[in-house]
Amino acid sequence: MTVNIDNANAIAVERMIEARPVLTGLGKALETVPNMHEDLLLHAGPPIAWEEASGPLRGALVGALIFEGRAEEEEEAAQLIASGEVRLSPCHHHNAVGPMAGVISPSMAVYEVENKTHGNRAYSNLNEGYGKVLRYGAYSEDVQERLRWMHDVMAPVLGAAIEACSGLDIRALLAEALHMGDEGHNRNKAGSVLFTKLLAPHVAMAAPDPATASSVLEALGENALSVLNPVMAACKAMADAGHGVKGSTVVSTMARNGTEFGIRVSGMGERWFTSPCPQPVGLYFPGFSAEDGNPDIGDSTITETAGLGAFAMAAAPAIVTFVSGTPQDALNATLEMYEITAAEHTAFTIPQLDFRGTPVGIDLRAVVETGITPRVNTGIAHKEAGVGQIGAGLVRPPTELFTEALVAFAEQYGFQE
Amino acid sequence: MDEPVAQTGEAGGSAVLAEVRAGSYYDSVVLMQLQRALAELPGVLDAGVVMGTPANKELLTQSALATDDALRAAPEDLILVVQAESEQAGRAALAKVDDLLSARRTQQTDAYRPKTLSSAARMIPEADWTLVSVPGAYAAAVARDALNLGQNVFLYSDNVSVEDEVSLKELAASKGLLIMGPDCGTARVEGVGLGFANRVRQGRIGIVAASGTGLQAVMVGIHRLGEGISQAFGTGGRDLTADVKARTARQALSLLREDADTDVIVIVSKPPSSSVARQFLTEAEACDKPVVVNFIGHTGEPNAAGPAAGISFARTLDGTAELAVQSLGASESDHPSGNPAESFQPTAAPAQRVPPVRPGSCLRALYSGGTLAHEALFLLQEFLPAICSNGPLPGGLQMENAHRSQGHTVVDLGGDAFTVGRLHPMLDNELRIRRLLQEAEDPATGLILLDVVLGDGAHPDPASELGPAIEKAIVAAGRDGRSMPVVAVVIGTDADPQNLRRQLEQLEEAGAAVFTRHDEAVYAVGRAFGAMDEGRPLTSSKLDSYVPTERDCAGKASSFAAINVGLESFTDSLRAQGAEVVQVDWRPPAGGDNRLAGLLARLR
Repeated sequence: MTVNIDNANAIAVERMIEARPVLTGLGKALETVPNMHEDLLLHAGPPIAWEEASGPLRGALVGALIFEGRAEEEEEAAQLIASGEVRLSPCHHHNAVGPMAGVISPSMAVYEVENKTHGNRAYSNLNEGYGKVLRYGAYSEDVQERLRWMHDVMAPVLGAAIEACSGLDIRALLAEALHMGDEGHNRNKAGSVLFTKLLAPHVAMAAPDPATASSVLEALGENALSVLNPVMAACKAMADAGHGVKGSTVVSTMARNGTEFGIRVSGMGERWFTSPCPQPVGLYFPGFSAEDGNPDIGDSTITETAGLGAFAMAAAPAIVTFVSGTPQDALNATLEMYEITAAEHTAFTIPQLDFRGTPVGIDLRAVVETGITPRVNTGIAHKEAGVGQIGAGLVRPPTELFTEALVAFAEQYGFQE
Repeated sequence: MDEPVAQTGEAGGSAVLAEVRAGSYYDSVVLMQLQRALAELPGVLDAGVVMGTPANKELLTQSALATDDALRAAPEDLILVVQAESEQAGRAALAKVDDLLSARRTQQTDAYRPKTLSSAARMIPEADWTLVSVPGAYAAAVARDALNLGQNVFLYSDNVSVEDEVSLKELAASKGLLIMGPDCGTARVEGVGLGFANRVRQGRIGIVAASGTGLQAVMVGIHRLGEGISQAFGTGGRDLTADVKARTARQALSLLREDADTDVIVIVSKPPSSSVARQFLTEAEACDKPVVVNFIGHTGEPNAAGPAAGISFARTLDGTAELAVQSLGASESDHPSGNPAESFQPTAAPAQRVPPVRPGSCLRALYSGGTLAHEALFLLQEFLPAICSNGPLPGGLQMENAHRSQGHTVVDLGGDAFTVGRLHPMLDNELRIRRLLQEAEDPATGLILLDVVLGDGAHPDPASELGPAIEKAIVAAGRDGRSMPVVAVVIGTDADPQNLRRQLEQLEEAGAAVFTRHDEAVYAVGRAFGAMDEGRPLTSSKLDSYVPTERDCAGKASSFAAINVGLESFTDSLRAQGAEVVQVDWRPPAGGDNRLAGLLARLR
């Protein structure tokens, strides 16, 4: 069996680029997400058992079960999962993605994004904003209260608003945000403002009263990450479009569960390659240090997989400070990623690089050959459940992950000696 | 990483400590700088930072820097050795290694340095030349990448297999591209010197050379005679062998034949295989331009049919330059004088004199230029009965151990065995300085001959390091009551960045007899040993002292653009000549893991 890897990669990456993700609605996970059921919790990263889960992920799982009314406190929640009554499954196995712990429970609201080019869909949960939040493993009563407000008050209005605007083109929004200093992962300030602007007229019409409209708009507009989750779902829809191309060495998934970093490859089906998650290098909020940090966590690496985030760092010089860098370092970060990618994006361009397209489609072969691993811009979670975000920085998956995948690829396709 | 193990050194009281880092790759310039930085640390007497090749381990042994650990190192391992006043000082020095390495990294500029050729090509689309000087084991793959990107290739790396050489040259020919090398040290293209190249005038003499320093000596000679070079193509030392069949040389010859700016063609090579020579000379004959040939070590034409029309043979490299300039005069009826070589009035230069050597003592010639070494062997045959060398020479004796001279010895320190994992001696004087002092300690040594090659790519100020070493060597011999003259021949032009005059002065001040023509230097050495004309003062050559007044050979490079993979000094010298260059921040593929690299090759 011979395959032409270059051709296969060209097809995979072309599908990623041509995908046009549009936000089409907001639904309940149980009714919307494929294969979701009452006794299932979705989480970020590759598959993991409760015993292996890190503090933030455990906290988020506990918090989700409390939110669902299945448990009242940690012990009880842990028992539900440990006993197998409630099962765990990666978001990625359900066409979904979630930031940080990425926990999605059956009654949570999820954004639905449809790739209008190829027809596949992807899902992500609502963004809670900064501070003590479930995605960082916090589950105290104030966290629960916030979640309830988001689901009882905001979600119906948001859903109606999205429906009223008959689809919100996230690819176009991202293209514009890149020209406004975002990179789509750690910096979504411009994108969140664009998102709020586009929805505002419809929120005003959909809300039962001006006070609700005001509170929903405030929640969207104040949160510089409000668009992150629709963006991640859009990136997932784009990456999935490039998945499953026979003979392709393009990486179609990168995700972390707080314990392990996992990747999947377009031409290698649903197989995960995992290795222990490195700790991000970056800046910590006052009072915290690297010792407090959890190994990297979240599905948000889907942005880098789709050619955004650290890959588009050149567009976002404002955030180089978290790696003590200079604007030149931001340019260099993107330039370096061209070395390991199969193509340049046609929709996402970078003014600072003379409108060159962002590097997209990580080629396993190039990573192994050059030793350059993908850059990932990331938030840093406290290792204990419930403390929340304590910094932001840069992480790179270990080279071994890509080497292992490449060797397996060669075996699968008969390239061994 | 192993804990460094101390071993009591031979020099009483000192300690030799070694650390071996498995599978580390560093640019050889970095290694040289690290070695110097280590040697300058307090309490450190000597240091060695080399890859663990057999030749390098032998060198460590010669310098009393070998430890059991170091000798066990594999060729891809990095060996760090210090000889220190105390074990403590040695440990302190080795502990600084990582700081010294990272200090260098932070000095680098902010601009992005591409990691791969394709990304470099994207950054500088106007480049159509790629210079490759990565370690030999990786060089063929890099050169192949460059050819596939539509680049002409200057392949400096040596230790490339003949099979790879042939397949690269076939690939180049199929794409209408030129590949010079492997082991091509020098070229001049579109007015820009590549690799080790002297700054010379642009002119009407084109050269095809299968040798680096041979080409340099001829270019320097032509420049000194007031003429210049149109193009100078290197082919690599193996091109004219029966295996490679002059693939590059023939391509280069036809380029010069078609080149409207070339009036005279010069061919320089070590003696080629006779069948290849015949075919190549037949093609040369067919040129309607005068051709000057120097097959070093062959005085006559190998063509049994007698001298071919339009082809003349030269005996020495400097003689080749003279013949070429004469041919140029003959081919241009409107040239101001029939024989420019005779029309120059030399400025005053002191006649050099090499005193006769002690009876029974031996010559020790320590060359950095392979072709110069070859020419010396050839020319000295008239004077000395048996000469040992580390290079193949018909009638010469092969050295048993290239690190130990025996009898009359001519050693090429730029030979393959010496350059694996370390810099060429034209860039790094370290090896020659050590050898110079080693020879001075040997009572059999009667005279030391050195070449000092200037130009772009070479050490920025070789005489500043070789001068003091020469002085030290002369003093060391003198302590034992031995006279030991040192002869230095400087290959360079007045336009070279090192300042030719200053180089000559420094070497002379150090006590060396200095020459600028290689053949003259070798004859003077021969006479110092020989019975004939013993002690006769040499008359200064007209060529020797001619210094053109106008420096008309710089700043022609405005349109030349290139990619450099390997030695950063090549980038520096190209930029100094006004060329646009992108340097690739190259690393061995798959981190030097051969198994993975092989897998990658299959997955291409």
